[in-house]
Amino acid sequence: MTDAPGIAFQILQSVFVVFAAPLLLGWANQCRAWLQNRSAPSILLPYYTLAKLFHKDAVIASNASPLFRITPYVLFGCMWLAAGIVPVLATDLPFAPAADIIALVGVFALARVFSALAAMDIGTSFGGLGARREMLIGFLAEPAMLMILFTAAFISGSTQLNTIVETLARREFAIYPSLAFAAVAFLMVLLAENARIPIDNPTTHLELTMVHEAMILEYSARHLALIEWAVAIKLFAYTTIGIALFVPWGIAAAGDWGALPLAFAALAAKLALAGAGLAFLETLLAKLRLFLAPEFLSTAFLLGVLGMLTHFLMQG
Amino acid sequence: MEEHRVTELALHTQPVAGAMPAFRATVGAAELRGLCEQTRAQKARLVALWGSDETTRGGGYALHLALALGSGLLWLTLPLAREHPRYPSIADIYPCANRMQRATYDLLGIHAQDSPDQRKWVRHRAWPGGVFPLRKAFPIGTSFPPSDDRYPFVKVEGEGVHEIPVGPVHAGTIEPGHFRFSIVGEKILRLEERLCYTHKGIEKLFENMTLAEGARLAGRVSGDSTVAYAWAYAMAVEGATGTEPPSRALGLRAILLELERIANHLGDLGYLGNDVALSFGFFQFWRLKEDLLRLQGELFGHRYLMDQVVPGGVARDLPRDQAERLLARLEQIQSEVVALKAIYDDHAGAQDRFVMTGQVLPELAEKMGLVGFAGRASGIKHDLRVDYPVLPYQQAGVRMATHTRGDVAARVSVRFDEMFESMRLVRTLASQLAPGAIRAPLADCIPGKCGVGWVEGWRGEVLIALESADANRIHRAHAHDPSWQNWPLLERAVLGNIVPDFPLINKSFNLSYSGQDL
Repeated sequence: MTDAPGIAFQILQSVFVVFAAPLLLGWANQCRAWLQNRSAPSILLPYYTLAKLFHKDAVIASNASPLFRITPYVLFGCMWLAAGIVPVLATDLPFAPAADIIALVGVFALARVFSALAAMDIGTSFGGLGARREMLIGFLAEPAMLMILFTAAFISGSTQLNTIVETLARREFAIYPSLAFAAVAFLMVLLAENARIPIDNPTTHLELTMVHEAMILEYSARHLALIEWAVAIKLFAYTTIGIALFVPWGIAAAGDWGALPLAFAALAAKLALAGAGLAFLETLLAKLRLFLAPEFLSTAFLLGVLGMLTHFLMQG
Repeated sequence: MEEHRVTELALHTQPVAGAMPAFRATVGAAELRGLCEQTRAQKARLVALWGSDETTRGGGYALHLALALGSGLLWLTLPLAREHPRYPSIADIYPCANRMQRATYDLLGIHAQDSPDQRKWVRHRAWPGGVFPLRKAFPIGTSFPPSDDRYPFVKVEGEGVHEIPVGPVHAGTIEPGHFRFSIVGEKILRLEERLCYTHKGIEKLFENMTLAEGARLAGRVSGDSTVAYAWAYAMAVEGATGTEPPSRALGLRAILLELERIANHLGDLGYLGNDVALSFGFFQFWRLKEDLLRLQGELFGHRYLMDQVVPGGVARDLPRDQAERLLARLEQIQSEVVALKAIYDDHAGAQDRFVMTGQVLPELAEKMGLVGFAGRASGIKHDLRVDYPVLPYQQAGVRMATHTRGDVAARVSVRFDEMFESMRLVRTLASQLAPGAIRAPLADCIPGKCGVGWVEGWRGEVLIALESADANRIHRAHAHDPSWQNWPLLERAVLGNIVPDFPLINKSFNLSYSGQDL
């Protein structure tokens, strides 16, 4: 699928994802403010924040190594690549065969390794603290994520995300109990991987409680902007993975320009619901005590395994 | 003046005039430790320890102790020599004396002998060692080139043990303080506080003021307890001058004090929600606090009620129609707090974070001298409004809120109970307000008179002890914050907890940095 419309679709999706990602974050923040009886900030606030950060001069610790400088670019690149692989608007994108679900988890892991290394690079105590906690969460979230993706893969018989989505979206409507388990597990992994409540609190100022924020305390200006943007793309990518796996209906096929408006509308509606749902969860829940995070993620892993077993039982 | 014999001790004392029951006695250095052991055995707590320079009155220096006995406050004075002033340390009898003794040395050069901890406490870089700014000979306004600020923290060693230094500059808009954690993994093995980054020279400033002028300064010792400090100061001045404030003023003071308690508990309960990422609670409590502060701003001209309590009475009256507005607002706040309390109580996530976190067991609290609402949450049943009720608390009758588990949840529970009780008190006090004047003229004071102000602020007991000089001036005014006693307990409360729970535990106490660093 390297024809011109396919490439056009690929470019369209990649650009769309990068520029639409902060909107999802802005929407979730807006919903959260409403749920807390506050007047909400502009939905465009994440864009203003990025613009502000890009206009500032970067302050970098004198003992920072090149690793510290390149990490924001690596993070941004990883997240952009991930968002390019996931079928957001259309299936059969030219990039799609580049990586299957295992490689996708690998891309997220690469970003994690870089952010943890960069956090320890300068040698502040909070950086080390954050990196340590991030790894504690990561090593449990990754296998859980794989289990969820495998559950979906078994249904379609392929680890290609593209094929999975094609299978789920185009075939006759059927209820897969295994996917119900996987969906719950996926939600838990999404919250943990994106540093959301109940695992982490993206709005806290308390250094000692931070996970993700503690790792990026030393970043400023354009570096921080890239990281913040990567965070937004990551949330967007995860949300679209969830949409692709569990509610894929309405997605267009690459090159099918006629289906595109519907695909856009469907995606916008699903993302709006997802953002509101995230805000709802974050308003209801309190942050877990740090040592309950492994339990939370083990539960996600267990649900993922249960989903897979259910699939075999139903097949058998 | 008549001699008075304190029933509990074989000690001749003289009563200190004023609203609170207080007695004063002079002891020699040889008797100090014996006396302290005796008072400790009788479960009398150490309220404050401070020093004074008596060289302008023909003496040397003096050490002062305030002890809370069953019958009232015992103010002990220990005269010290001009050369090498020293006294036997009592930090082994009263652990909370440790930091106060070190501060007394930093400020006045009075040495506590045989104390194992001789490190500086108040002094950072503003003045060098060997210079004592609270001595009368030290000219106010002197500045020094920044000196060395090394401080020997206690090292914890072992496999995998490392330190996290936090502060003094924090990410939030809070006061400066340095916390040195020794941790293994996420578990806290030791916490050491290094405070006193907020030295303002308040006690030195007092000595250049008249009794009337000092009121504004006293109200600024710790901003969140301004009513408690202003009342304590006014009480001390009224005692020293023999001024009788009108009873309407006393009723209004109590209303102000309870409003301060309500506002602070509202804010902290919001913060506790925020610290467990329950922002809903944070915004609701802060909305309610803001509602109250705005009304306070309208009714009293100051959101945080500064300068409302003045020596001789209060600055502003509360007419009936305004009192009714206040009561209506409190009624509305109360109904919302009831709903919010139910949400906090039923929220599994929040309760999981609160329960058994940052526990201070009653035994430890008793030994270390925990005070205030934190003490009452650890089974220390003391409240000045109950133990020695002054007017108007005598008529209103305060119901003490207590708990015994001593964890964050217990402190939350006591805060809720105290808030509801304060709302009831405001209603009762407002209905019982006597008609008449709100302020009496301040009588003149003869030199060498002393006065004591002792008030149960929202955080705990606030003490002002003062002595007059000639021409209505202040010879020495000491302001004591309950944070002196409670900060060391925070170090103990976090032991065995995990690092990310520290902010929550810290906030459940919410101690003053400024109040214990004048």
